[in-house]
Parts: sequence; structure tokens; C-alpha cells
Amino acid sequence: MNDAQGSPQTVLVFGGTSEIAQALLRRLAARRAHTVVLAGRDPVALEAVATRLRVVGVTAVHTVAFEATDTDSHGRLVDDAFDRLGDVDLTLIAFGALGDQAALEADPAAAALLARVNYVAAVSVGLAVAARLRVQGHGNLVALSSVAAERPRRSNFVYGSSKAGMDAFFRGLGDALRGSGARVIVVRPGFVHTRMTAGMTPQPFATTPDAVADTIVRGLETGAETVWAPPILRWVMTVLRHLPAPIFRRLDRT
Amino acid sequence: MRELLTGWGRTAPTAADVIRPATAEEVVAALADGEPRGAIARGLGRAYGDAAQNAGGHVLSTLALGGVEWADEQAGLVRVSGGTSLDSIQRFLVPQGWALPVLPGTRHVTVGGAVAADVHGKNHRVDGSFARHLAQLTLALPDGVHRASPAEDPDLFWATVGGLGLTGVVLDAVLAARPIQTAFVRVATRRAVDLDAVLAGLEEAAGRHRYAVAWIDGMARGRGVVAGGDDALTADLPAAARRAPLARVEGRHLAVPSWLPGAPMPPVAVAALNELRWRRAPSAETTTVEPLERFLFPLDAVDGWNRLYGRSGFVQYQFAVPAHAADLIGTALDRLARAGCAPLLAVLKRFGAADAAPLSFPIPGWTLALDLPAALPGLAVALDGLDELVAAAGGRVYLAKDARLRPDLVEAMYPALDAWRAVKARVDPAGVLTSDLGRRLGLVG
Repeated sequence: MNDAQGSPQTVLVFGGTSEIAQALLRRLAARRAHTVVLAGRDPVALEAVATRLRVVGVTAVHTVAFEATDTDSHGRLVDDAFDRLGDVDLTLIAFGALGDQAALEADPAAAALLARVNYVAAVSVGLAVAARLRVQGHGNLVALSSVAAERPRRSNFVYGSSKAGMDAFFRGLGDALRGSGARVIVVRPGFVHTRMTAGMTPQPFATTPDAVADTIVRGLETGAETVWAPPILRWVMTVLRHLPAPIFRRLDRT
Repeated sequence: MRELLTGWGRTAPTAADVIRPATAEEVVAALADGEPRGAIARGLGRAYGDAAQNAGGHVLSTLALGGVEWADEQAGLVRVSGGTSLDSIQRFLVPQGWALPVLPGTRHVTVGGAVAADVHGKNHRVDGSFARHLAQLTLALPDGVHRASPAEDPDLFWATVGGLGLTGVVLDAVLAARPIQTAFVRVATRRAVDLDAVLAGLEEAAGRHRYAVAWIDGMARGRGVVAGGDDALTADLPAAARRAPLARVEGRHLAVPSWLPGAPMPPVAVAALNELRWRRAPSAETTTVEPLERFLFPLDAVDGWNRLYGRSGFVQYQFAVPAHAADLIGTALDRLARAGCAPLLAVLKRFGAADAAPLSFPIPGWTLALDLPAALPGLAVALDGLDELVAAAGGRVYLAKDARLRPDLVEAMYPALDAWRAVKARVDPAGVLTSDLGRRLGLVG
């Protein structure tokens, strides 16, 4: 069960090797989390994460193979994970791909694949998880979106549009789950220094997986529906969202 | 019907199917219907945490199980149904010159809830907790109706007292009332300039009076107000009240408006209220005569006061420590203040002898209750640290109020937990009776 401060005891992660996921799990392990299921594509990398979690005190860590594009497998996988954990107090949707905008524009199939991972798979996993949360009558569902979901940019609109779809889906799902005991938290990080962004030029207000994880923990405590990381981005994006297109384009080029 | 439920602290909402049985048979039937996520009884929802929640399962509202009658008027024994509020019982008893010996800080709790928490009042040192005046219980379990008393199935009786509703739904209880001359108390009040003065004053007041309590200003290093109270005799009353010494005095009644902002009261407002409260108290001991219920239930004067803590709710952290560990009271206040988590309300009481119930909270010594907004940054870590100190000192946290205790410390705090678990396994082998609190703390499988 989650406690009064939103600390879960059992956690299910899709995209278990995500650095934000790992940073969050370390914090949850220091509070109440004792059982974790990590779902992901790379079994070796997942096992390495599992080992690190056992070291920081998580009693039981299980890993399961998860292929985002294989949506037919998701319902079964979610059911198995819930059956194994008993109740799932927190589910984290942390899988996703960033891609290279120029390469994606040149390769429609690759762009479609990215959209399938970031959006289609999130819909499929999200609905399967929501069905189980309704039955158990409680649980937090944390979805890692992005500030890129807020307004499309020339420099990353394939990724941004996939996150925009995913973001809208989880906000809607949160509304659908009202009264069910389950709660959805949409997390919108800015530029995060991770493997995924290595070599890229950091954007203003760049942050780290640890800082993002801290804001998520805070969101669990306060019962927030949307979490920005860093929090100032809420106000920055409120301004950017309303800028006239010519000005926004000029800013985007710089 | 599925409803979203929280405790009085309004944290960690979960949804359950709420059933409203009106008879003992309906309660037993609801327990025996095979719901895989089990059931828990819920009365007036005054438990601060998740003790009366059962996510995804059944919650049995006991409020249709009401009623008070004399079981033996000569002996002062009343038979009450599990969903009866202590308020209704007092309304029945007081005009006839009787009162319940143990009343918690609100009269809006049911008998079932009072048993499940083994509630205590400001008179624990003299009168013990609720169980001391409980002669008999009739319980619903999945296999039918059971009787329990200190003589008949004492293991079940004592497991149910303080047992958080996990060993049966209280259908009815026989309670021993005590005779009273008036519905008033003589209250001796005085200020104490710091925590040492509060402790000394309370120790002295608890030795001299039936009721004793201290309010501590958690924002100002432990200064406080100590109050001791005793039953007022007819001769103590002002002339106007002497004609009807048992009449109920309706105090001013306030309600917290529903349009209140989502944020808790700002610390500056709390500090101002605390200042006012402290200044209003006399520096030299002053005795006044007050209606019993105003003295015992100060918070009942404000409907919905729990909403003052805003959208994220609050936790009430109440712990008890043996008398020799009184220094923990100052440590707790200091630590919270340093973490930026000064309590909005702090109440200190003295406990007398414990009863035989494995999960009953009171142990001889001190108990401190703190109201804290749940979402204060750093609070979770600060309270985890206090749990450890409390357990190491041989103390415990009040489970009926808990919403966040470290589960690994329950066994250290309640060393008789295994004895309780054995009774639970005997009377409810399928584990039908379960709750969010039971799951969270690992009390049930």
C-alpha cells in the first residue's frame, strides 16, 4: 500500500533501465519499496539494475522481457506482473526513444517505429495497467512525458509529437480513473543529462535524473497531477506555449 | 457502490465497495460472500489513517447498526450496537446521571471504532482505556457470531480490543458506565513557560486530577498550557446551572467552509493562533467550571476541522514512551522543528497501566500527539527517524492513527504481535477481515 506520503511498497517499471527510473527506485527503496518488477528489452542491462537495487535494500527484484512494439503481449505481461506483486502501488512508464530528428525525417519507417514505441505502446500498457488498478482500488501510475509534448519544435517534432500523444493519453486516463482510487501523474522533464541525450547540446534548464526523481517523489507527496522537472519549467512553458509562432520559431532556431 | 475513502487525515484515498448491513445476519453474510479482497468495518471515519479502508474490497459501514439500552440499570451496564456513536450513548446516559468512563478527543466515533482502537481519554491514569469498562463483545466473523469477554474466549476479546477491526466486526458491546452528579468539570488551568515546566506541571496535574492534559506550542520550543480536571459536584456549579446539572450545554458550533484553499494554513497563521492561545491561559493556576463535553472534545466545536490542513491532508503522529524516556518528547519536537516540520497541534498526556490487549496502544508513561501537514517537505524522513527512536526507547506509535509507520518496526513496538496473529489465524483463517492499514503494516497476510 502507498502510505500517507505516497511512498509505495511494490513498484512495476516499464523501461527498467531508464536512468530516471533508476534514480526514482533508489529513492523509493530508501523509504518503503521492498518488491520491484523491472520490465525492459535488454535482459543483461535489466539484471544489472536489479543487482544494484538489491544492494540498496530492495528485498525482491524480478526482471521480465518487455518489447514495446509487441502490443499483443502487453495485457498478459501486465497481468503476470500484477499477479506476482499482489498489489502494485506504483507503476512507472519510463520507456521511450528520442531518435535523431534529421534521420527520422529521412526515414518514415523509423519515425513511425518511434511513434509506436513512445505513443502506441504507452497507450497499450497504460490501459492494461489501468484495468488492474481499478480492480485493486488504489495505485499511482507515473508516466514520463516531456516538455517536448507541450509545443512542437522544428528541431524534434517527431519525438515531441509522440510525447504529445502520450501526454494527452495519460492526462485523459487520469481523468478516467478519478474515483477509482488510482491516480495518474504525468511527469514533464526538460533536457535531462542521460545516455539518451549524451553528445547533444544541453537546453536551458537542463537537469539530471536525480533531480527529476526528487520532483517525482515530491509529486507523490503532494498529490500533484502534473510534475515539471525542474519545476520552473511549468512557468517557462506557460509563456512559450502562448508565444506567437514567428517568435517561437525564432527562439527555436537559437 | 464503489466509493473513494480516506481516513480523517484525508491522505492516501482508495476505493472500495461500501455495503451498509442493517442486521447481524447481513454482516455475517457480507463477510462470507467470498470477496477476494476481503472486508473491513467502518464507522464514522475518524481514524486518521487507513485503518477503515479496504482498497478494491468491501467496506462495511456499521452506521445502520445503532441503538442503546440498559443491560442492567442498577449496575450501570449499557448494551450498545457497534455502529452507535459515543455521542448517542452520552445523550442517553448523561440525563440519567451516568457517563462513559473513557471518552477520546471526539464523541463522533462509534463503539466499534472505540473498541478497534482501544481508545483512551485524558483520564487514562485513573480510568485506563476503553477496554477496562468493556464487559462483553458480540462479534461477526465469516463463520458466524462469536461472544467474547474477559471470561469467555479472553484471547479473542483481547485481540479485538485495539485489534483494528481485523478480528471481527463489533455487532454489540456491553459497557460499564459510571455515575455522575453533573455534566460539568472543574478545570484548573495554567501556563507553562517551557517544555520542562509542561512536563512537571502535567505530572503534578495527573497525580491530583482525574483528567490531565497539556497543549504544547510546537512552534515555540515547547511552552504550553496544562489543564487538570475533576467531576464537578452540584455545589460547584453556578446557581443557574444547579437547577439542571445534567443538562447538555450546546456550545457555539462552527464549520470549516468548503471553499477553503487547497493549501494548509500558513505557519504564520498557526503561530498567531498559538500565541493567542498561550496568552489567553492564566499564568497562575485558575479554576473554572466547564461543560464536560467542551473540556473533553474541544475539536468537536469545529465541523470538518480536518479540512484546515488543505488538499494533501495531514498525519497525526502519536507515540507513547515509558516514563523514563520522557526526554524523547523534547527530542521529537526539536527534530521536527529543525526539519522545518513544526506540528500545528501538539497534545501531551500521561498514561497509567496498560491492559492485556496485544495491540492496545497505551503503556505507562507519556504520550505525545502531533498534527502535521502530510506534504511538508522532509516530513517523511523526519518521522521515519522518530519511529526508530520511539521503538528503541520501548515505545510505540498509535496504529489506529497511523498512516505511514515503518512496517519493519511494528514488531518491536508491539512485542505481543505474534500472540495477536495466532488469534487472528484461529478466528479468521481465510483472512477475510483486512484493511489498507493491515496490508501496509503487514499485520495480515
